[in-house]
Amino acid sequence: MTDQPIFERIRDYVTKDDVVLFMKGTPVFPQCGFSSVVSQVLNHLDVKYQSYNVLEDMELREGIKAYSDWPTIPQLYVKGEFVGGCDIVKEMFQTGELQSLLTEKGVAA
Amino acid sequence: MGEVSDAIMEKLSAALSPKVIDVINQSEMHKGHAGYSNGESHFAVKIVSDAFEGKSRLARQRLVMDALKAELAGPLHALSIDAKTPAEAG
Repeated sequence: MTDQPIFERIRDYVTKDDVVLFMKGTPVFPQCGFSSVVSQVLNHLDVKYQSYNVLEDMELREGIKAYSDWPTIPQLYVKGEFVGGCDIVKEMFQTGELQSLLTEKGVAA
Repeated sequence: MGEVSDAIMEKLSAALSPKVIDVINQSEMHKGHAGYSNGESHFAVKIVSDAFEGKSRLARQRLVMDALKAELAGPLHALSIDAKTPAEAG
């Protein structure tokens, strides 16, 4: 992975908080259906998370895709580790894996 | 079927030799949304392939997205992926 200046900021974001969501819009006003689903899952699980609106930050919007080598947004991180986008988060929630992951990582749900 | 649907179908077929592949154009559901373009911007794919055997969810989605790199960098704005092994698909 080629290091870009933005990576340092992203690393800071994903380590500062346990659960971090990069999304389009905000949890209150999501601007994309996929981002909305992920934030609803987290709200439903009553997980405390920090969100970043990539629509307000073009550097972050492109940087996060390179950081995780993942071409789409939303992106969920738990304890600095990339978990996935909407499909993965939804599936993991439905099977209970997301809840287990959060418990395993010591994040209260 | 449009140009983008055809490309998705062709590239995934070549890369993953799927047992089952379904490419669903959901673009009309997103009309008026920022990423909408020419009716071929939002897709869902369902794929059953041996290539997913023993692979995590992340790894499976990466396989699919890697095959569609050119499309994702261009007209393909959103892609929902359902990736199963033949055993899981039942």
